[in-house]
Amino acid sequence: MPAQLGSCAGILVRPSRRALSRRWLLPVGACTATGNLTCVPSRTDPHAPGSHVTADLLLSELAATAKAKAHAAAEPCPCGATTLADRPDGTVVRHADTVAKAHATDTLLPELTLRLTAATHLPGVLLQPLSPTPVALHGRPVTFWPYGAPVDPDNPDAAPWEDAATLLAALHRTPAPTGLPPMRGPVKASRAMARLRAAAPAHPATAPVLRAWSALPRWARAEAPMPDTNTLCHGDLHLGQLVRHPAPDGPWRLIDVDDLGTGVPAWDLARPAAWYACGLLPPDEWTRFLAAYRTAGGPAVPADGDPWPVLDVPARALTVQTAARAVAKAVEAGRPLDEVEQAVVDACDRMGTAPPELAAGYAK
Amino acid sequence: MQCPKCHAPMHTYNRNGVQIEQCSGCRGIFLDYGELEALTRLEGQWSQPAPPPGAPQAYPSAPAPAWGAPHGGHGHGGHYGHKRHKSFGHMLFSS
Repeated sequence: MPAQLGSCAGILVRPSRRALSRRWLLPVGACTATGNLTCVPSRTDPHAPGSHVTADLLLSELAATAKAKAHAAAEPCPCGATTLADRPDGTVVRHADTVAKAHATDTLLPELTLRLTAATHLPGVLLQPLSPTPVALHGRPVTFWPYGAPVDPDNPDAAPWEDAATLLAALHRTPAPTGLPPMRGPVKASRAMARLRAAAPAHPATAPVLRAWSALPRWARAEAPMPDTNTLCHGDLHLGQLVRHPAPDGPWRLIDVDDLGTGVPAWDLARPAAWYACGLLPPDEWTRFLAAYRTAGGPAVPADGDPWPVLDVPARALTVQTAARAVAKAVEAGRPLDEVEQAVVDACDRMGTAPPELAAGYAK
Repeated sequence: MQCPKCHAPMHTYNRNGVQIEQCSGCRGIFLDYGELEALTRLEGQWSQPAPPPGAPQAYPSAPAPAWGAPHGGHGHGGHYGHKRHKSFGHMLFSS
Protein backbone atom coordinates (compact mmCIF):
# COMPACT_ATOMS: atom_id res chain seq x y z
CA MET A 1 0.00 0.00 0.00
CA PRO A 2 1.10 3.49 -0.52
CA ALA A 3 1.31 6.04 2.06
CA GLN A 4 0.82 9.60 2.35
CA LEU A 5 1.48 12.37 4.50
CA GLY A 6 -0.58 15.27 5.24
CA SER A 7 0.04 18.42 7.05
CA CYS A 8 0.12 17.50 10.68
CA ALA A 9 -0.59 20.99 11.90
CA GLY A 10 -4.13 19.94 12.69
CA ILE A 11 -2.87 17.17 14.90
CA LEU A 12 -0.42 19.34 16.76
CA VAL A 13 -2.89 21.92 17.91
CA ARG A 14 -5.42 19.45 19.25
CA PRO A 15 -5.11 19.82 23.04
CA SER A 16 -5.75 16.20 23.91
CA ARG A 17 -2.92 15.07 21.70
CA ARG A 18 -0.56 17.94 21.95
CA ALA A 19 2.03 16.36 24.17
CA LEU A 20 2.25 13.15 22.21
CA SER A 21 2.18 14.76 18.84
CA ARG A 22 4.69 17.46 19.53
CA ARG A 23 7.07 14.86 20.79
CA TRP A 24 7.12 12.96 17.52
CA LEU A 25 6.42 15.44 14.80
CA LEU A 26 9.94 16.68 14.42
CA PRO A 27 11.95 17.38 11.29
CA VAL A 28 13.09 14.19 9.62
CA GLY A 29 16.24 12.94 11.24
CA ALA A 30 15.73 14.82 14.48
CA CYS A 31 14.18 11.84 16.27
CA THR A 32 17.27 9.74 15.99
CA ALA A 33 18.89 11.63 18.83
CA THR A 34 16.39 10.43 21.44
CA GLY A 35 18.41 7.66 22.98
CA ASN A 36 15.81 5.17 24.07
CA LEU A 37 14.27 5.12 20.63
CA THR A 38 17.39 4.33 18.69
CA CYS A 39 19.45 1.33 17.79
CA VAL A 40 16.84 -1.30 18.56
CA PRO A 41 16.85 -3.73 15.65
CA SER A 42 13.58 -4.12 13.84
CA ARG A 43 11.96 -7.47 14.40
CA THR A 44 11.02 -7.67 10.75
CA ASP A 45 14.25 -7.46 8.83
CA PRO A 46 17.64 -7.04 10.44
CA HIS A 47 19.26 -6.42 7.05
CA ALA A 48 17.05 -3.58 6.00
CA PRO A 49 18.08 0.02 6.25
CA GLY A 50 16.41 2.15 8.80
CA SER A 51 15.69 -0.30 11.59
CA HIS A 52 16.45 2.11 14.41
CA VAL A 53 13.08 2.13 16.09
CA THR A 54 11.11 -0.76 17.47
CA ALA A 55 8.43 -1.81 15.06
CA ASP A 56 5.84 -1.96 17.85
CA LEU A 57 6.47 1.60 18.91
CA LEU A 58 6.37 2.96 15.39
CA LEU A 59 3.26 0.97 14.60
CA SER A 60 1.29 2.12 17.65
CA GLU A 61 2.16 5.73 17.09
CA LEU A 62 1.54 5.52 13.37
CA ALA A 63 -1.91 4.15 14.22
CA ALA A 64 -2.48 7.06 16.58
CA THR A 65 -1.38 9.45 13.86
CA ALA A 66 -3.74 7.91 11.35
CA LYS A 67 -6.58 8.09 13.85
CA ALA A 68 -5.88 11.74 14.51
CA LYS A 69 -5.85 12.43 10.77
CA ALA A 70 -9.07 10.51 10.23
CA HIS A 71 -11.17 12.32 12.81
CA ALA A 72 -11.73 16.01 12.89
CA ALA A 73 -12.75 15.93 16.54
CA ALA A 74 -11.05 14.21 19.44
CA GLU A 75 -14.04 12.17 20.59
CA PRO A 76 -13.68 8.43 21.10
CA CYS A 77 -14.16 6.48 17.90
CA PRO A 78 -15.25 2.88 17.23
CA CYS A 79 -13.21 2.38 14.09
CA GLY A 80 -10.20 0.36 15.16
CA ALA A 81 -6.96 0.54 13.23
CA THR A 82 -5.82 -2.03 10.70
CA THR A 83 -2.20 -2.66 9.82
CA LEU A 84 -1.99 -2.99 6.05
CA ALA A 85 1.76 -3.54 5.84
CA ASP A 86 4.60 -3.61 8.35
CA ARG A 87 7.96 -3.74 6.63
CA PRO A 88 11.14 -1.72 7.01
CA ASP A 89 10.51 -0.14 3.61
CA GLY A 90 6.97 0.86 4.44
CA THR A 91 4.68 0.56 7.44
CA VAL A 92 1.09 1.27 6.50
CA VAL A 93 -1.83 1.67 8.89
CA ARG A 94 -5.46 2.27 8.05
CA HIS A 95 -7.90 4.10 10.31
CA ALA A 96 -11.39 4.41 8.85
CA ASP A 97 -10.92 6.16 5.49
CA THR A 98 -7.41 7.38 6.24
CA VAL A 99 -4.18 5.53 5.55
CA ALA A 100 -0.86 6.58 7.08
CA LYS A 101 2.40 5.31 5.64
CA ALA A 102 5.76 5.52 7.38
CA HIS A 103 8.38 5.41 4.62
CA ALA A 104 11.81 3.80 4.96
CA THR A 105 14.27 5.59 7.24
CA ASP A 106 16.69 6.17 4.39
CA THR A 107 14.04 7.97 2.36
CA LEU A 108 15.33 11.35 1.25
CA LEU A 109 12.74 13.93 2.24
CA PRO A 110 13.33 16.37 -0.65
CA GLU A 111 12.99 13.54 -3.17
CA LEU A 112 9.87 12.15 -1.52
CA THR A 113 8.34 15.62 -1.53
CA LEU A 114 9.07 16.01 -5.25
CA ARG A 115 7.47 12.61 -5.89
CA LEU A 116 4.40 13.57 -3.86
CA THR A 117 4.11 16.82 -5.77
CA ALA A 118 4.30 14.93 -9.05
CA ALA A 119 1.46 12.71 -7.86
CA THR A 120 -0.75 15.70 -7.12
CA HIS A 121 -0.51 16.67 -10.80
CA LEU A 122 -1.84 13.28 -11.91
CA PRO A 123 -5.23 12.86 -10.21
CA GLY A 124 -6.50 10.54 -12.95
CA VAL A 125 -3.55 8.19 -12.63
CA LEU A 126 -2.18 8.23 -9.08
CA LEU A 127 -4.12 8.19 -5.82
CA GLN A 128 -4.08 11.69 -4.39
CA PRO A 129 -2.35 12.31 -1.06
CA LEU A 130 -4.39 13.98 1.67
CA SER A 131 -1.70 16.63 1.93
CA PRO A 132 1.31 17.42 -0.20
CA THR A 133 4.21 17.30 2.25
CA PRO A 134 5.51 14.53 4.53
CA VAL A 135 5.85 14.79 8.29
CA ALA A 136 8.30 12.84 10.45
CA LEU A 137 7.67 10.11 13.01
CA HIS A 138 10.70 8.50 14.65
CA GLY A 139 12.86 9.74 11.83
CA ARG A 140 10.65 8.19 9.19
CA PRO A 141 8.71 10.40 6.80
CA VAL A 142 4.95 9.80 7.08
CA THR A 143 2.41 10.50 4.37
CA PHE A 144 -1.42 10.32 4.51
CA TRP A 145 -3.76 8.92 1.87
CA PRO A 146 -7.41 8.08 1.41
CA TYR A 147 -8.23 4.41 1.72
CA GLY A 148 -8.64 2.58 -1.59
CA ALA A 149 -9.80 -1.00 -2.16
CA PRO A 150 -6.93 -3.21 -3.35
CA VAL A 151 -6.92 -6.14 -5.76
CA ASP A 152 -8.18 -9.19 -3.85
CA PRO A 153 -5.04 -11.24 -3.05
CA ASP A 154 -7.19 -14.36 -2.94
CA ASN A 155 -8.51 -13.74 -6.42
CA PRO A 156 -5.66 -12.53 -8.62
CA ASP A 157 -7.56 -13.89 -11.61
CA ALA A 158 -9.66 -10.75 -11.26
CA ALA A 159 -6.54 -8.60 -11.70
CA PRO A 160 -7.36 -5.43 -13.64
CA TRP A 161 -4.65 -5.87 -16.26
CA GLU A 162 -6.27 -3.50 -18.73
CA ASP A 163 -6.71 -0.78 -16.13
CA ALA A 164 -3.13 -1.18 -14.95
CA ALA A 165 -1.84 -0.91 -18.52
CA THR A 166 -4.00 2.09 -19.33
CA LEU A 167 -2.87 3.93 -16.17
CA LEU A 168 0.77 3.20 -17.00
CA ALA A 169 0.32 4.46 -20.55
CA ALA A 170 -1.16 7.70 -19.22
CA LEU A 171 1.67 8.04 -16.70
CA HIS A 172 4.33 7.46 -19.37
CA ARG A 173 2.70 10.00 -21.69
CA THR A 174 2.74 12.74 -19.05
CA PRO A 175 5.70 15.12 -19.22
CA ALA A 176 7.86 14.60 -16.15
CA PRO A 177 8.04 17.57 -13.76
CA THR A 178 11.35 19.40 -13.74
CA GLY A 179 13.73 18.16 -11.09
CA LEU A 180 12.02 14.82 -10.47
CA PRO A 181 14.68 12.25 -9.49
CA PRO A 182 15.20 9.00 -11.42
CA MET A 183 12.80 6.13 -10.82
CA ARG A 184 14.29 3.64 -8.44
CA GLY A 185 13.72 0.32 -10.19
CA PRO A 186 17.40 -0.45 -10.89
CA VAL A 187 18.37 0.66 -7.37
CA LYS A 188 15.84 -1.75 -5.88
CA ALA A 189 17.18 -4.56 -8.05
CA SER A 190 20.72 -3.78 -6.93
CA ARG A 191 19.63 -3.92 -3.29
CA ALA A 192 18.06 -7.33 -3.85
CA MET A 193 21.40 -8.54 -5.14
CA ALA A 194 23.21 -7.22 -2.06
CA ARG A 195 20.73 -9.05 0.15
CA LEU A 196 21.26 -12.25 -1.86
CA ARG A 197 25.04 -12.04 -1.52
CA ALA A 198 24.75 -11.51 2.22
CA ALA A 199 22.07 -14.09 2.93
CA ALA A 200 22.87 -16.93 0.56
CA PRO A 201 26.48 -16.83 -0.65
CA ALA A 202 26.68 -20.63 -0.89
CA HIS A 203 23.21 -21.51 -2.16
CA PRO A 204 23.37 -23.33 -5.52
CA ALA A 205 20.89 -20.86 -7.02
CA THR A 206 23.00 -17.84 -6.15
CA ALA A 207 25.63 -18.33 -8.86
CA PRO A 208 23.25 -18.38 -11.86
CA VAL A 209 21.36 -15.38 -10.46
CA LEU A 210 24.58 -13.40 -10.02
CA ARG A 211 25.75 -14.43 -13.51
CA ALA A 212 22.52 -13.18 -15.07
CA TRP A 213 22.84 -9.94 -13.09
CA SER A 214 26.42 -9.30 -14.20
CA ALA A 215 25.43 -9.71 -17.87
CA LEU A 216 22.97 -6.80 -17.66
CA PRO A 217 23.87 -3.34 -18.96
CA ARG A 218 25.25 -1.03 -16.29
CA TRP A 219 22.16 1.20 -16.28
CA ALA A 220 19.95 -1.75 -15.34
CA ARG A 221 22.26 -2.42 -12.37
CA ALA A 222 22.06 1.19 -11.13
CA GLU A 223 25.69 1.74 -12.04
CA ALA A 224 25.05 4.25 -14.80
CA PRO A 225 22.26 6.69 -15.68
CA MET A 226 19.29 5.16 -17.46
CA PRO A 227 19.19 5.72 -21.22
CA ASP A 228 15.86 7.54 -20.84
CA THR A 229 15.93 10.41 -18.35
CA ASN A 230 12.72 12.11 -19.43
CA THR A 231 9.86 9.63 -19.21
CA LEU A 232 7.77 9.54 -16.04
CA CYS A 233 7.71 6.01 -14.59
CA HIS A 234 6.15 4.33 -11.56
CA GLY A 235 9.21 2.21 -10.81
CA ASP A 236 7.64 -0.63 -8.82
CA LEU A 237 4.53 -1.93 -10.55
CA HIS A 238 2.84 -5.05 -9.20
CA LEU A 239 -0.74 -5.95 -8.36
CA GLY A 240 -0.39 -4.50 -4.86
CA GLN A 241 0.05 -1.07 -6.44
CA LEU A 242 -3.53 -0.70 -7.63
CA VAL A 243 -6.54 0.43 -5.62
CA ARG A 244 -10.08 1.51 -6.37
CA HIS A 245 -10.93 4.91 -4.99
CA PRO A 246 -13.45 5.61 -3.66
CA ALA A 247 -13.72 2.06 -2.32
CA PRO A 248 -15.14 -0.35 -3.18
CA ASP A 249 -15.90 0.34 -6.84
CA GLY A 250 -14.36 3.67 -7.81
CA PRO A 251 -11.88 3.91 -10.68
CA TRP A 252 -8.52 2.16 -10.37
CA ARG A 253 -5.55 4.29 -9.39
CA LEU A 254 -1.84 3.59 -8.98
CA ILE A 255 -0.38 3.94 -5.50
CA ASP A 256 3.09 4.13 -3.92
CA VAL A 257 5.20 7.04 -5.09
CA ASP A 258 8.41 5.89 -3.38
CA ASP A 259 10.05 4.78 -6.62
CA LEU A 260 8.34 7.24 -8.96
CA GLY A 261 10.68 9.14 -11.26
CA THR A 262 12.18 9.48 -14.70
CA GLY A 263 13.56 6.47 -16.53
CA VAL A 264 13.02 3.66 -18.99
CA PRO A 265 9.24 3.13 -19.12
CA ALA A 266 9.59 -0.51 -20.21
CA TRP A 267 10.64 -1.14 -16.60
CA ASP A 268 7.00 -0.64 -15.58
CA LEU A 269 5.88 -3.38 -18.00
CA ALA A 270 8.70 -5.69 -17.07
CA ARG A 271 7.22 -7.49 -14.07
CA PRO A 272 4.26 -8.88 -15.99
CA ALA A 273 6.65 -9.49 -18.90
CA ALA A 274 9.02 -11.40 -16.62
CA TRP A 275 6.19 -13.46 -15.10
CA TYR A 276 5.04 -14.35 -18.60
CA ALA A 277 8.54 -15.19 -19.76
CA CYS A 278 9.09 -17.41 -16.73
CA GLY A 279 5.98 -19.41 -17.58
CA LEU A 280 4.06 -18.10 -14.54
CA LEU A 281 1.62 -15.62 -16.05
CA PRO A 282 -0.68 -17.17 -18.68
CA PRO A 283 -0.05 -15.80 -22.18
CA ASP A 284 -3.57 -14.41 -22.48
CA GLU A 285 -3.16 -12.23 -19.38
CA TRP A 286 0.16 -10.90 -20.64
CA THR A 287 -1.39 -10.27 -24.06
CA ARG A 288 -4.32 -8.40 -22.52
CA PHE A 289 -1.95 -6.20 -20.54
CA LEU A 290 0.32 -5.45 -23.49
CA ALA A 291 -2.56 -4.85 -25.91
CA ALA A 292 -4.27 -2.43 -23.51
CA TYR A 293 -1.00 -0.52 -23.06
CA ARG A 294 -0.61 -0.17 -26.80
CA THR A 295 -4.24 0.78 -27.31
CA ALA A 296 -3.78 3.57 -24.77
CA GLY A 297 -0.79 4.89 -26.72
CA GLY A 298 1.86 3.86 -24.22
CA PRO A 299 5.32 4.88 -25.48
CA ALA A 300 7.44 2.17 -23.82
CA VAL A 301 7.13 -0.35 -26.64
CA PRO A 302 6.61 -0.05 -30.40
CA ALA A 303 2.95 0.18 -31.38
CA ASP A 304 3.09 -3.25 -32.98
CA GLY A 305 5.51 -6.05 -33.67
CA ASP A 306 7.81 -7.82 -31.26
CA PRO A 307 8.14 -5.80 -28.00
CA TRP A 308 10.99 -7.91 -26.65
CA PRO A 309 13.92 -5.92 -28.03
CA VAL A 310 12.74 -3.19 -25.62
CA LEU A 311 11.44 -5.41 -22.82
CA ASP A 312 14.35 -7.83 -22.70
CA VAL A 313 16.73 -5.98 -20.37
CA PRO A 314 14.12 -4.74 -17.86
CA ALA A 315 12.40 -8.15 -17.80
CA ARG A 316 15.74 -9.85 -17.19
CA ALA A 317 16.49 -7.39 -14.40
CA LEU A 318 13.16 -8.00 -12.68
CA THR A 319 13.47 -11.76 -13.11
CA VAL A 320 16.90 -11.58 -11.49
CA GLN A 321 15.57 -9.33 -8.71
CA THR A 322 12.66 -11.69 -8.05
CA ALA A 323 14.97 -14.70 -8.00
CA ALA A 324 17.40 -12.93 -5.65
CA ARG A 325 14.66 -12.06 -3.19
CA ALA A 326 13.20 -15.55 -3.38
CA VAL A 327 16.52 -17.27 -2.70
CA ALA A 328 17.40 -14.89 0.14
CA LYS A 329 14.00 -15.35 1.77
CA ALA A 330 14.11 -19.13 1.40
CA VAL A 331 17.57 -19.30 2.98
CA GLU A 332 16.57 -16.94 5.79
CA ALA A 333 13.52 -19.12 6.46
CA GLY A 334 15.55 -22.34 6.23
CA ARG A 335 13.36 -23.86 3.53
CA PRO A 336 13.95 -25.08 -0.04
CA LEU A 337 12.82 -23.10 -3.08
CA ASP A 338 9.28 -23.87 -4.16
CA GLU A 339 8.32 -24.65 -7.75
CA VAL A 340 7.58 -21.04 -8.67
CA GLU A 341 10.79 -19.71 -7.15
CA GLN A 342 12.76 -22.42 -8.93
CA ALA A 343 11.15 -21.42 -12.23
CA VAL A 344 12.47 -17.88 -11.80
CA VAL A 345 15.95 -19.14 -10.92
CA ASP A 346 15.85 -21.44 -13.97
CA ALA A 347 15.07 -18.44 -16.16
CA CYS A 348 18.18 -16.70 -14.78
CA ASP A 349 20.18 -19.81 -15.63
CA ARG A 350 18.89 -19.80 -19.22
CA MET A 351 19.90 -16.14 -19.61
CA GLY A 352 23.51 -17.31 -19.61
CA THR A 353 23.06 -18.84 -23.04
CA ALA A 354 21.25 -15.87 -24.57
CA PRO A 355 22.97 -12.46 -24.36
CA PRO A 356 20.69 -9.48 -23.64
CA GLU A 357 19.05 -7.85 -26.61
CA LEU A 358 20.19 -4.27 -26.75
CA ALA A 359 17.41 -2.01 -27.89
CA ALA A 360 18.37 0.63 -30.40
CA GLY A 361 19.95 3.58 -28.68
CA TYR A 362 20.26 1.84 -25.32
CA ALA A 363 23.99 1.70 -24.90
CA LYS A 364 25.63 -0.68 -22.52
CA MET B 1 25.82 -25.89 -24.33
CA GLN B 2 28.37 -26.47 -27.05
CA CYS B 3 27.70 -27.43 -30.62
CA PRO B 4 28.37 -31.20 -31.04
CA LYS B 5 29.72 -30.52 -34.51
CA CYS B 6 31.99 -27.48 -34.26
CA HIS B 7 32.02 -26.92 -30.44
CA ALA B 8 31.07 -23.26 -30.67
CA PRO B 9 28.55 -22.04 -28.02
CA MET B 10 24.89 -22.60 -28.81
CA HIS B 11 22.28 -19.93 -28.08
CA THR B 12 18.73 -20.73 -27.04
CA TYR B 13 15.76 -19.18 -28.80
CA ASN B 14 12.10 -19.66 -27.89
CA ARG B 15 9.71 -19.13 -30.71
CA ASN B 16 6.04 -20.05 -30.51
CA GLY B 17 6.70 -22.40 -27.65
CA VAL B 18 9.47 -24.32 -29.37
CA GLN B 19 12.88 -24.05 -27.77
CA ILE B 20 15.64 -24.05 -30.34
CA GLU B 21 19.40 -24.09 -29.80
CA GLN B 22 21.38 -22.58 -32.63
CA CYS B 23 25.15 -22.77 -32.95
CA SER B 24 26.85 -19.38 -33.09
CA GLY B 25 29.54 -20.91 -35.31
CA CYS B 26 28.12 -23.22 -37.96
CA ARG B 27 24.48 -22.07 -37.44
CA GLY B 28 23.36 -25.67 -36.96
CA ILE B 29 20.15 -26.17 -34.99
CA PHE B 30 19.51 -28.57 -32.12
CA LEU B 31 15.96 -29.60 -31.20
CA ASP B 32 14.79 -31.22 -27.98
CA TYR B 33 12.79 -34.44 -28.05
CA GLY B 34 9.34 -33.84 -29.54
CA GLU B 35 10.14 -30.41 -30.90
CA LEU B 36 10.48 -31.50 -34.52
CA GLU B 37 6.92 -32.77 -34.20
CA ALA B 38 5.90 -29.47 -32.59
CA LEU B 39 7.44 -27.57 -35.50
CA THR B 40 5.66 -29.82 -37.98
CA ARG B 41 2.38 -29.16 -36.20
CA LEU B 42 3.01 -25.41 -36.27
CA GLU B 43 3.77 -25.59 -39.97
CA GLY B 44 0.44 -27.37 -40.50
CA GLN B 45 -1.38 -24.65 -38.55
CA TRP B 46 0.29 -22.00 -40.66
CA SER B 47 -1.41 -23.21 -43.83
CA GLN B 48 -4.78 -23.82 -42.17
CA PRO B 49 -7.47 -21.14 -41.79
CA ALA B 50 -7.31 -19.19 -38.56
CA PRO B 51 -9.12 -20.85 -35.66
CA PRO B 52 -12.47 -19.37 -34.66
CA PRO B 53 -12.27 -16.57 -32.07
CA GLY B 54 -12.05 -17.87 -28.55
CA ALA B 55 -10.75 -21.28 -29.55
CA PRO B 56 -7.97 -22.45 -27.27
CA GLN B 57 -4.55 -22.21 -28.86
CA ALA B 58 -2.08 -25.02 -28.58
CA TYR B 59 0.76 -22.49 -28.43
CA PRO B 60 0.76 -18.85 -27.42
CA SER B 61 1.11 -16.46 -30.27
CA ALA B 62 2.79 -13.76 -28.21
CA PRO B 63 6.55 -13.50 -28.75
CA ALA B 64 8.73 -14.48 -25.81
CA PRO B 65 12.40 -13.92 -25.00
CA ALA B 66 15.07 -16.49 -25.72
CA TRP B 67 15.57 -17.17 -22.01
CA GLY B 68 11.86 -17.75 -21.43
CA ALA B 69 10.30 -20.94 -20.12
CA PRO B 70 8.93 -23.37 -22.69
CA HIS B 71 5.27 -22.35 -22.91
CA GLY B 72 2.43 -24.77 -23.33
CA GLY B 73 4.65 -27.73 -24.12
CA HIS B 74 4.21 -31.35 -23.22
CA GLY B 75 3.49 -31.14 -19.54
CA HIS B 76 6.70 -29.29 -18.73
CA GLY B 77 7.09 -25.56 -18.34
CA GLY B 78 4.13 -23.32 -17.73
CA HIS B 79 3.25 -23.24 -14.06
CA TYR B 80 -0.16 -21.74 -14.62
CA GLY B 81 -3.36 -23.63 -14.88
CA HIS B 82 -6.83 -23.61 -13.47
CA LYS B 83 -5.45 -22.96 -10.01
CA ARG B 84 -2.71 -20.43 -9.57
CA HIS B 85 0.25 -21.51 -7.51
CA LYS B 86 0.05 -19.91 -4.07
CA SER B 87 3.64 -18.74 -4.29
CA PHE B 88 2.96 -16.98 -7.58
CA GLY B 89 -0.13 -15.41 -6.05
CA HIS B 90 2.16 -13.85 -3.45
CA MET B 91 4.72 -12.83 -6.09
CA LEU B 92 2.05 -10.90 -8.00
CA PHE B 93 1.72 -8.55 -5.04
CA SER B 94 5.38 -8.19 -4.05
CA SER B 95 8.14 -5.76 -4.92
